[in-house]
Amino acid sequence: MNVTKVLDAKGLACPMPIVKTKKAIAEIESGQVLEIHTTDKGAVKDLTAWTESTGHELLKHEDDNGVLKFWVKKG
Amino acid sequence: MEKKKTTIVLFSGDYDKVMAAYIIANGAAAYDHEVTIFHTFWGLNALRKDEPIQVNKSFLEKMFGKMMPRGPEKMGLSKMNMAGMGPKMIKDIMKKHNTMPVKDLIEMAKEQDVKLVACQMTVDLLGFKQDEIIDGVDFAGVAAYLADAEDGNVNLFI
Repeated sequence: MNVTKVLDAKGLACPMPIVKTKKAIAEIESGQVLEIHTTDKGAVKDLTAWTESTGHELLKHEDDNGVLKFWVKKG
Repeated sequence: MEKKKTTIVLFSGDYDKVMAAYIIANGAAAYDHEVTIFHTFWGLNALRKDEPIQVNKSFLEKMFGKMMPRGPEKMGLSKMNMAGMGPKMIKDIMKKHNTMPVKDLIEMAKEQDVKLVACQMTVDLLGFKQDEIIDGVDFAGVAAYLADAEDGNVNLFI
């Protein structure tokens, strides 16, 4: 996957992962992909809901030894 | 696309409740909502500067000022306050969990263009002077709140 930007939000608690994601996605162009790393267990539900509501696309997510990784395509 | 709106009436002056309000506000701002927090009564203490400010006040206003917390970090908890032990304990735990203190959540909200409003009527009632309130706060009344709330998608009273 062609990732434009990687956001390291590991160790941050709610609401910071979503706040940082919003900031990071503002810095890329439509169609580009943002990769997010977080350790906040609420992030799966949070980022799924957030991408749906804000018009972006959650391409996939995975759990890499406790680090949750997300790939979001900017809408 | 017109932006969605979130409005929060922050009536409470407890650390935990103020924290909840500001977490929701920051989350809503990240959701691209236009966010307004309308502070009234005890919630005004969240907007108070933490240092003493020299202002002209009546005796009663001075008493009120002394009895209320100067800024969010001096607030108690709504439950398990235990004469001030509770806030100390929870702040310790918050540090371990990397949770932002309320003071920083307020800064973050300002950075995200959350509109902070102080209810002018209760500002006067509790004897606050504008100089005691942090910068970047609007002073308004119920009509200004309703103008935002009437087309709000999320309206909360905390």
